[in-house]
This record gives sequence, C-alpha cells and structure tokens, in this order.
Amino acid sequence: MKIVVIIKQVPDTETKIKVKADGSGIETDGIKYVVSPYDEFAIEEGLRLKEKLADDSTVTVVSVGPERTIESIRTALAMGADDAIHVNDPALEGGDSLATARVMAKAIKDHGFDIVFAGKQAIDLDQAQVGPAVAELLDIPQVNVVAKFELAADKTKATVSRRIEGADELIEVSLPALLTCEKGLNEPRYASLPGIMKAKKKPVKQVDLAALGFNASEVGAAGSHVKILKWLPLPERQAGKILKGMETQAAVKELVRLLREEAKVI
Amino acid sequence: MANEVLVLAEQRAGNLKKISLELMGIGAELAAKLGADLTAVVIGNGVEGLAKALGAAGAKKVYVGETGEKYYNTEIYTQAVSDLIKQTQPSVVLAGATALGRDLTARVAARVGAGLATDCTELRIENGKLVMRRPVYSGKAYIELESTAPVAIASVRPNTYGPAAQDASRSAEVVKIDVKAVTPRAVVKEIVKTAGDKPDLTEAEIIVSGGRAMKAAENFKILHEMADVIGATVGASRAAVDSGYAPHSMQVGQTGKVVNPKLYFAVGISGAIQHLAGMRTSKVIVAINKDPDAPIFQKADYGIVDDLYTVVPLLTQEFKKLLAE
Repeated sequence: MKIVVIIKQVPDTETKIKVKADGSGIETDGIKYVVSPYDEFAIEEGLRLKEKLADDSTVTVVSVGPERTIESIRTALAMGADDAIHVNDPALEGGDSLATARVMAKAIKDHGFDIVFAGKQAIDLDQAQVGPAVAELLDIPQVNVVAKFELAADKTKATVSRRIEGADELIEVSLPALLTCEKGLNEPRYASLPGIMKAKKKPVKQVDLAALGFNASEVGAAGSHVKILKWLPLPERQAGKILKGMETQAAVKELVRLLREEAKVI
Repeated sequence: MANEVLVLAEQRAGNLKKISLELMGIGAELAAKLGADLTAVVIGNGVEGLAKALGAAGAKKVYVGETGEKYYNTEIYTQAVSDLIKQTQPSVVLAGATALGRDLTARVAARVGAGLATDCTELRIENGKLVMRRPVYSGKAYIELESTAPVAIASVRPNTYGPAAQDASRSAEVVKIDVKAVTPRAVVKEIVKTAGDKPDLTEAEIIVSGGRAMKAAENFKILHEMADVIGATVGASRAAVDSGYAPHSMQVGQTGKVVNPKLYFAVGISGAIQHLAGMRTSKVIVAINKDPDAPIFQKADYGIVDDLYTVVPLLTQEFKKLLAE
C-alpha cells in the first residue's frame, strides 16, 4: 500500500505568541518549530499500518512549507517514514487552507496513494480544514477525528471510530480514504538514534509550483478564498477577586455570593 | 433572488441541537444588517417537523432534506448543502463548530469555492461584509478574516451567542430539497455513547475540571458531586489525564477539548499554557488551589486559595442550599 502522511510544521505548544504592533502577523523571532502534535499520531498510525502489513508498503510524508519545514520532515523520517515530498515555493506564501490543500492534493496525486493520514488540525491556526479539503480534491471519503483504526483483511476498507460530542461514531470507510487523527489513537514513538542517522539519507523530493503544474494565481494569497484582515492580541483580563487567608467556610460563602450576585452565573 | 443568510441547523436523533438556535440568533442579526432573508436548512431522517421551531426562531424559509438515513453522512450532506448553496447563493452560511459542522463545512467550502472560517467567536458586518473573528494558537491570539469569494461560511463555537427568541406566531415556508442519490463511501454503522446524559464539554454551560492535585481517579468523586448539583460537566487537565486520573475524552486544553462555558471551575489546576489554551474564552473562571502563586489565579475572575478537599465539599453544600431556595 502507498501510505501517505500529511504533516505541518508549527510553533511548539509552549511558545508565547506575540502579535506584531501593526497587526500584520506574529513575532517569529526565537520560535521553536515542531511537527504539529496531531500529525505525530498520523505518522505513528501510518508506521503501524506498514508494520502490520509487513509487505512492500511505503510511508511517504508530504508537507507544504518554507525551507525550515525540512527539520520536521526529518523528524518524521527518523520515526520511520520511508521518504518525503516537500512542497516549497515562495508563491505559496499567504495561502489559505484551500490554496494549501490544492497543492497538497496534487503532490499526493502525483505520488499515488491508497490511504492518507493527517492530524485532526494543525495547532497553529487550528482551522481543521486542509485534511477534508484534500479529501474533497482527491475525491475520496474522509473520516475526521479518528480515535481507532482497523484495516479490513481484504485491504479495501477500514473500520474506524470517530469522536463526536459525548459519543463515538463507528464508521466503515472504503479505501482510498483520508483520515484525520485524534489524540488517543496511538502513542507516537520517539525517533531512535539510529533512526535519526538513517533519516539524513532518506530521499526528500523538493517540489515547486512548476513541478506540480500550477501557476502563481492558483495558490498563495491569489488563490485563496479568505483573507486575514488583522491579527489581534488577547484582551487584558481584569484582575480577579482571589479570596485568601480567610476561614474556609466564609470564603466559600463569599464565592457563592459573588457568583450569584456579581457574576450572575449560578 | 433575495440575498440569504443560511443557517445549517444541526439535529441529532431528530432533536434540534442548542447550537442551531444560537446560530438563528446571530443569523437574524447579520441578516438584518445585510438586508437579507434568514433561512435554514435541516437534513436528516423525518426532520420536517423541525421547520416549525426554526420558523419560530426567525427563519423565513426552511429547506428540508430527507435522507432516509438514521445517521449523519459526510458525502450525502455535502452534496445536498453544496447544491443548495449553488442554487440560492447565500452571502453568509452559518454552522456550528461541532463535530458535524467542522466535518461538513470544510468539505462544502472546498466543493463550492467558499471562504471558510472555522470556530468563530465573533461575527459582525462591516461595510456590508461579514467579518469573522476566531482564535488561533489555541486562543493565544485572534485573527479577523473576510471571504474573498461570494459565499462566506463561518462555523461558530457553541455558547458564543444566546439562543434566538422563539415566537410561535412566526412560521417559515418549507421548501423540500433534493438529497441526491450519492453512494457514500464512508458510512456510520453505529453511535456508541461515551458520556452520560450530561452535555459534552464542548457544549456545556458549566464545567468543573480537576488537575494534578486531584491525586487519584476516585477523588474526582467530589467534583462529580458538585457538578451534579449545579448541572455541570466534569473535565480534567492534561496533567490529570496523563497521570491516569481521567480519560482523554475529559481533557480540556490544547491537545484536548476547547471549551466555551459561561462558568469554569479550575480545581487543583496550576494553569499551564496547555490548559489555558482550552478554556480561556470561558466567561467566568473560578480557581481553587492551595498554591497562591499558581498561574491560574492570574486568569481567574474569582478564586479561593485553600485546600480543594475542604473547599469543594463545602461549595457543594452551599450550592445545594442556594439552589433549594
């Protein structure tokens, strides 16, 4: 099987996000970039599937992003992926999810695919759009927020479990399909030292717009359907009323009174 | 053809979800500013009856698609909604930022070429156009977007807007829409409940969450007791989940659920960035922690610095008394 995993490089979860004074974006100095955490579940699931099949199946990582993205691609290769496609072109700058999905889908199509795994969302813009948009553009079914995955013996379909509010949907999906992965699906492995060494030699195909057959008006800001007007910092929060050094019973009574009379939420 | 603000009304098992009425509320406001008609679409099995409630909530027209299928299906719904959008060309489409809404809108936007903003926390009209505000970086900042395509689709986080007023004297014209025979390649076979009858964390109005200081799974009992009294859903921090005190389905935070209640209790939670990311938009935050330096107190509207094991049971008693009045 040709197993494809979509990943995105994002700022580490501990990053303090500072919006630029002119609202045009965030300060990027000193940001540490990592593989988006949900994408790690996708990589792991791809690797587990390959290990289970134990045939000539391959795991290919696909990522759209600038130069630095190669570090995250190497991380995925160090975990065990076989090869990668890195789509990088200055014209992609400022593209929305759909514009990104367009080039992503084309790169996947050119490579060939039997199943595509992605994270349920990237933790930078949290849009949860690229996965389903790629599925639409590839004309394959999608299952989002997958917490369990099992390939059928004949490899033409899979049984998956998708998290919804207060319940799980048990879904039968025919392949090829795109699945976006939720925490709990698996426990992603760490890259081993030999894995890291090997990753340096694994093939990473560098692809630009011309290679995919797009022109600049179809991607980036020009090919987008939404435009970011501005970035805003969080509003300052007023200092709260913190009760301390009081007798517990009195503090509790006061808190209940505040919630009822001042905040009016109980 | 009149411009429309189209609400994707969500139902489960034939019951209209609360988010649908919230969307009707904000939808009416946007429609008035745009001089557009407020309409709604509801899809499912035996859902025509829901048109009445949507009419009472202000819909001028309700499009009804009967699927004959018990459960939601991405491909069938995508086809029906996309066809409707192509036909009626609404300038604004609203959906819930729910499991269904997220799944459906991304696919529909890609199919019809609409400008989509997911998980919005504020919508307004500026210069005749919809401005969509949404959190990014797990709520560490916001962006405001507009659609550059003729159709804007916004999914709205539950509890962001109050429900539309219901006025039984209002009624909607019911328009049946074709649900084309798509042979879906992914089919829901069964829905297995994973939570009790309490609302899901993402939809709950009150949440009581426990952190590392809960020390053991059985200690969550005191949180459940308090939650039962005030009609809250119980959540947990990542530290509590990683320590095995609670399942991941209860996790609030960057790699768990993003919640938006009117009242959030953080009990024995220090307030790591990870956790704040998931609950920052709560209208009122209450922190209970014996460490006065816990970062959660800087984000809290109210707090008690004291031992949670004495505070929580007393709080439960006080709430019981108050609500019995």
